[in-house]
Amino acid sequence: MRDEAGGVRAAYRDYAAWYEAQDRVWLARQDRAAEGFFRRTGITFNVYGEDAGAERLIPFDMVPRIITAAEWDKLSRGIEQRVRALNAFLHDLYHKREIVRAGRLPERLLAANAAFLPQMVGFTPPGGVYTHIVGIDLVRTGPDEFMVLEDNARTPSGVSYMLENRETMMAMFPELFARVRVRPVSDYPRELARSLAACAPAVAGERPVIAVLTPGIYNSAYFEHSFLADQMGAELVEGSDLRVVGGRVAMRTTRGWKPIDVLYRRVDDEFLDPLSFNPQSMLGVAGIMDVYRAGGITIANAPGTGIADDKAIYSFMPEIVEFYTGEKPILKNVPTWRCAEPEALAYVLDNLAELVVKEVHGSGGYGMLIGPTSSKAEIARFAAKLRARPDNYIAQPTLALSTVPIFTKAGLAPRHVDLRPFVLVSPKGIRITPGGLTRVALKKGSLVVNSSQGGGTKDSWVLAE
Amino acid sequence: MLGRTAWGITWMFRYLVRAENTARLLEAGLRMALTRGDAAAADEWRSVLVTLGQLDAYEARHGEITGLAVADFILRGADNPASVRAMIEHARTNARMVRTAITREVWEAVNESWMALGEALARPVRAASLGTTLGLVRRQAMLVRGAMEATMLRNEIFNFARIASHLEAADSTARILDVKYHVLLPSLAWVGSELDNAQWEMVLRSVAGERVFRWLNAGRLDPRGIAEFLILDGRFPNSLAYSYAKLASNMAGLVREYGEETPAHALVQHAARQLKGLSIGEVFDFGLHEFLTDFITDNRRIAEAIAADYRFTD
Repeated sequence: MRDEAGGVRAAYRDYAAWYEAQDRVWLARQDRAAEGFFRRTGITFNVYGEDAGAERLIPFDMVPRIITAAEWDKLSRGIEQRVRALNAFLHDLYHKREIVRAGRLPERLLAANAAFLPQMVGFTPPGGVYTHIVGIDLVRTGPDEFMVLEDNARTPSGVSYMLENRETMMAMFPELFARVRVRPVSDYPRELARSLAACAPAVAGERPVIAVLTPGIYNSAYFEHSFLADQMGAELVEGSDLRVVGGRVAMRTTRGWKPIDVLYRRVDDEFLDPLSFNPQSMLGVAGIMDVYRAGGITIANAPGTGIADDKAIYSFMPEIVEFYTGEKPILKNVPTWRCAEPEALAYVLDNLAELVVKEVHGSGGYGMLIGPTSSKAEIARFAAKLRARPDNYIAQPTLALSTVPIFTKAGLAPRHVDLRPFVLVSPKGIRITPGGLTRVALKKGSLVVNSSQGGGTKDSWVLAE
Repeated sequence: MLGRTAWGITWMFRYLVRAENTARLLEAGLRMALTRGDAAAADEWRSVLVTLGQLDAYEARHGEITGLAVADFILRGADNPASVRAMIEHARTNARMVRTAITREVWEAVNESWMALGEALARPVRAASLGTTLGLVRRQAMLVRGAMEATMLRNEIFNFARIASHLEAADSTARILDVKYHVLLPSLAWVGSELDNAQWEMVLRSVAGERVFRWLNAGRLDPRGIAEFLILDGRFPNSLAYSYAKLASNMAGLVREYGEETPAHALVQHAARQLKGLSIGEVFDFGLHEFLTDFITDNRRIAEAIAADYRFTD
């Protein structure tokens, strides 16, 4: 919120003036009221490993994270470029592999990669779109610089928090929105429906039938699945509702089987089709991959897109962007050491205490080492794991991450954040909702923002011109 | 509309109505226990357990029948899968499953009920707060109904919700009447005695019909009149006649929406017609107990036929 000299940064000027004028006791009361709002609305999530039915809230911080129009303009250009490259890359990977032939990406990264699906080779999804919905995780590293921390190309989650956080803020502080001109995010569900419909297969009618596939009410993101289906006016289906009927994937309605044109699946590739992937899966549809390859349904995101958000591939993103767009990347990657390379491994082992080391296929903040906050014993244990399987890890410096203020009992206090804008891709174009999900590490000094590890969320504002 | 959604809506509303009726039955039992001696009170709590079909389950876990132990078992017994707490939990789980089929208002009403009752039933029931807790169960059920009435589109979803509610209400009224009449009256010689009157008053309280009945009958309580009221009076919302008239009209709503009838429709139309042409004399000639047992069986068959015709499960 403040610059190095202690002055309020331009983005926060209006907000700070409003904040200073508020009664602290009233603010503290609003802070508590927000929790009641989330509970009543049922915006909860289940933590893996806890009793079924144990529901928790993701903590919400009521100080918005603010981005200026100029910053957003640059960000969105960079994101668009990156997403274009991701889709071209995926198409190439499953077809001619020109990037490998050109010597810009090592073949070994693809060969042994579990996220690569042989079933997708030679197949082009309807509309040529692989990643219908993308979430790009960004961190601010300087006054005018954002870096990409991670690309989420499979099933990015959190968009319901982007929307509900804004609703909550507007309900709690309506006068604030009269004072500061914030670009709205509420169009997202409509745009999502439109974008998915534009990717419908040729067999679809005038108004394509869209359904959201959820693993069910005990999934940690169930609230989001039901929220999005509700907002889009789409059916929320589970594997047990679906069956292949007459060459189409159909859902069991009260009137019989009804074909689905576009399936926005929130189920991992592995569970999508017991005939093609994990035979134990109860969450998917037997035979959906055959229907898909025959052009009977659009699956969003396409199976096999996970290879593009693999952390080892991530380190090649600057090359990937340049290869497919012919442009210099607008957004930088966080410098990354690929532990599979001997020199990099040696450096990482020597400097573990300063680095963050992540599993190549990991997610949710699990299985990682944060050097600066780990004990010597923890570092030694991790070094052993790293030596045993170096190709399973990448390492990054702990960046001088920017902080934003959160509301605490003692007043405003700085905390680390990241930002996940949401991107929709269809043959009609790429759309980025102005805003996104800001995740915040609520513990002082912590760098981990994942909700499964004590992180919270904030409303994210993009200012109008 | 998904078959699974119709199924979820059905159970959401059956559990909500069941929880509300259970609370009423307990309230009536509580009043009876307070106004009569200890021995009569134990009998009364036993009758509550019998009506709910929970006597065996209770006796397997607890010995003596005392008011608080019975109320605690029925409201929140951890080992009682049919407790009010479990029903509210089931109703809310089903509501979560069909979240996209109900309005935000209906969902929030169910969710708030679950939160409020979860809190109220977190600790063992105390005599001082039992009445308040029971009132809370009833009030929360009303909130859900109000949200439903005020915000839901009148379409198939609404029809399925209403069908489930009326099937549950009819089942509950028939059971309460049957248990009181058949099981609890020691012999016909008791008809007209003081205990008898108290028992009948309790029947009326259990179905929220006590005040209405007095008003209609200038304070007289006679078993035949009460049976007629609960079975045949189409004005009273917990009567069998009312439930079946509404059941039939909501089934007709499905026909309007879907353009065709299924075997379940024939069952409902037949049952609704029979009920309409009936006199209380005929019911007693046939035998009230026999009539009610047949009714409960047919009611269950209708529910099963609807589930099958509309593909609730695979």
